[in-house]
Amino acid sequence: MKPLSSARMRHWLGASAILVAAIATALPAQAGSVLDAINQRGKIKVGVGTSPGFFAPDSNGKWQGFFVDFGRALAVTVFNDPAKVDFTSSSPQQRLPALQAGEFDILLSGVTETITRAFKLGFHFGPVIFFDGQGLLVKKSLGVTKGADLDGATIAIQAGTTGELNIADFFRKSGKTFKSVVIEDSREFRNALDSGRVDALTQDSSDLAIQRTQLARPDDYVLLPERLSKEPLAPAIRWGDDRWLEIVNWTVYATIEAEELGITRANIDSFLDTSDPVVKRFLGIDKSLGEAIGLDPKFAYNIIKAVGNYGEIFERNVGKNTKIGFDRGLNQPWSSGGLLYSPPFR
Amino acid sequence: MQCALLVVIVLAVQYLGSNLAANMKLVGITPGFGFLNHAANFQIGESVIPYQAGDSYGRAILVGLLNTVKVAVAGCILATIVGVALGVARLSTNPLLAWQVQAFVEVVRNTPLLLQLFFWNAVLHGLPGPRQALSPVAGVLLSNRGVFVPGIETDSPVIAGVVLVFALAAVVFLAQGRHIGLAASVAGLLGAGAWGLAHGATVALELPRLRGFNIAGGLTLSPEFAALLIGLVVNTSASIAETVRGGIVSVSAGQWEAGAALGLKRLQILRLIVLPQALRVIIPVMTSSFLTLTKNSSLAVAIGYPELVSVLNTTANTTGQALETIFIMMVVYLTLSLTVSVFMNAYNRRWKLRENAR
Ligand SMILES: N[C@@H](CCC(=O)N[C@@H](CS)C(=O)NCC(=O)O)C(=O)O
Repeated sequence: MKPLSSARMRHWLGASAILVAAIATALPAQAGSVLDAINQRGKIKVGVGTSPGFFAPDSNGKWQGFFVDFGRALAVTVFNDPAKVDFTSSSPQQRLPALQAGEFDILLSGVTETITRAFKLGFHFGPVIFFDGQGLLVKKSLGVTKGADLDGATIAIQAGTTGELNIADFFRKSGKTFKSVVIEDSREFRNALDSGRVDALTQDSSDLAIQRTQLARPDDYVLLPERLSKEPLAPAIRWGDDRWLEIVNWTVYATIEAEELGITRANIDSFLDTSDPVVKRFLGIDKSLGEAIGLDPKFAYNIIKAVGNYGEIFERNVGKNTKIGFDRGLNQPWSSGGLLYSPPFR
Repeated sequence: MQCALLVVIVLAVQYLGSNLAANMKLVGITPGFGFLNHAANFQIGESVIPYQAGDSYGRAILVGLLNTVKVAVAGCILATIVGVALGVARLSTNPLLAWQVQAFVEVVRNTPLLLQLFFWNAVLHGLPGPRQALSPVAGVLLSNRGVFVPGIETDSPVIAGVVLVFALAAVVFLAQGRHIGLAASVAGLLGAGAWGLAHGATVALELPRLRGFNIAGGLTLSPEFAALLIGLVVNTSASIAETVRGGIVSVSAGQWEAGAALGLKRLQILRLIVLPQALRVIIPVMTSSFLTLTKNSSLAVAIGYPELVSVLNTTANTTGQALETIFIMMVVYLTLSLTVSVFMNAYNRRWKLRENAR
């Protein structure tokens, strides 16, 4: 059993998160913008989870992962320094109220964009950075091939996730029944399947694929191909700072646009003497765009230098050659049949 | 001075209140409790009353509240029994026993409760599956799907309830050594039972047994409930043991000697002379142990027992009404605390009066 850090313990008392959110709503709307606060602090506060590949500290305590790299990209846009960012892990249950309460400037934790979260929690979402769907992870020996076979089964759900509603909808629609065990802690969630307490886990399929690699005997389990829902995972911020939202938007777009233009971390400098006006504007060789919008004209160049384009971020953290081994699937440029599409940099 | 304080408080509340309304409007949330009637589209793992996804948030929250009450009541009763036994054992003349109890108390009090809960959860999840369930005594099955004990199946719950009340009364009277009360409640118990049977009520002992993939029949305690209950009982009994020990030690040695002079045995002295006096010290501290146990039950979110805070968290997440849910939580915990305090104070007063009367 891994020891719990004190920061995690602090997040335990279930009540604390809503209390903080409640107090935050009662205090005056935060003075000044999020961006002002970030600049004053000299760091961006990013809320993440703990799923290796997406977000996890490496053996040196340095945060690594797909979502983490987008956090670093943001730090490059704001400070031109990928290190000026603090990552804090909290459970899916605690992180939404924590964002509301201002504990984080942004969540890069695999939050699904939904209309309720937009209007009722008061969140804006940046561009979707991972197109996902809810899945089911089951023991192979059960011989189950689709969700409907799980009639009467016991299924663990992670507290605070969209999965709580999706799985109930799924069974109501099909008229079948299931028993739920709703668990907040990620490790306890996984252990519930490992120990046989539940017949299946349900979560974002990406998360389940990662959880599977962490089980004692991964090969005993199978992620069913069926997807119960659409889970567009996007950066989430509070309402109230339009400029911060645009910085988030265009930081993500920069990684997508670079991939589409064929610009990588390795070859980027070979583009510096290009005559293509689109690339010149994008990389800030032509400074007029950056100056007009008040960003470092070379912010996109700096991002790619620091973390690479979208495809590189994907492959490095969760791609085919990693332990996680995800296919690009929907998460490739529209021009190759995916859903990634950046508006023009002009 | 007090007036000034009042003015400050009123102004502060007004300030926060107007801010609140403005801020909520800003994010598009309508303050109020209207959401309690809206459909809660999530499932809750276990419930004392019927509940399914699509019922109202109000009902979902009630389910959570009842689950909290269930574990708190069971926890307080068991922790008291175990705690008193440990406290007395701690003062045993047998040094080995006293030492063992002390070691237990120290270990329990010096590990975080959350870790203890994880531990018990792992133990319960580590039990074999339903088909290989352990059966330590006939009729009890232990598996990773839950702890199954025999249940009583009856078609007349009212009569069963009356019988149960008489049975409880009998136990209480027995403990207090009041023979008339004991006889009366046993008579009531037999009478109610006989009346029920004569009028065609059926009772049957239902044993849990394997059906298909799972165990059915009897009473089921989910592993999460069992882990939480064991964790809370172990944790609280350790502090109750300390309280009881302290209470007994606070009674002067002269009382023991006087009892011995009357020819009473050690246990008799304890029950008749020492404990009644010690209770004055013990009960107020015990009250706070009970309240702590109730509040600690909210740690169950981590292991997946659907108590009040877990349902309220989900409610806040899916409705955005964080403030309302925190209000409900405060009101509920305050009410629970006050209820426990009122009961314990009444009990405390009774001991004092009896002491004066004697
Ligand atoms: N997308 C769902 C689930 C969010 C979620 O649980 N994300 C995963 C990563 S994709 C996670 O945080 N897992 C647990 C953890 O990392 O602590 C939601 O927004 O409700």
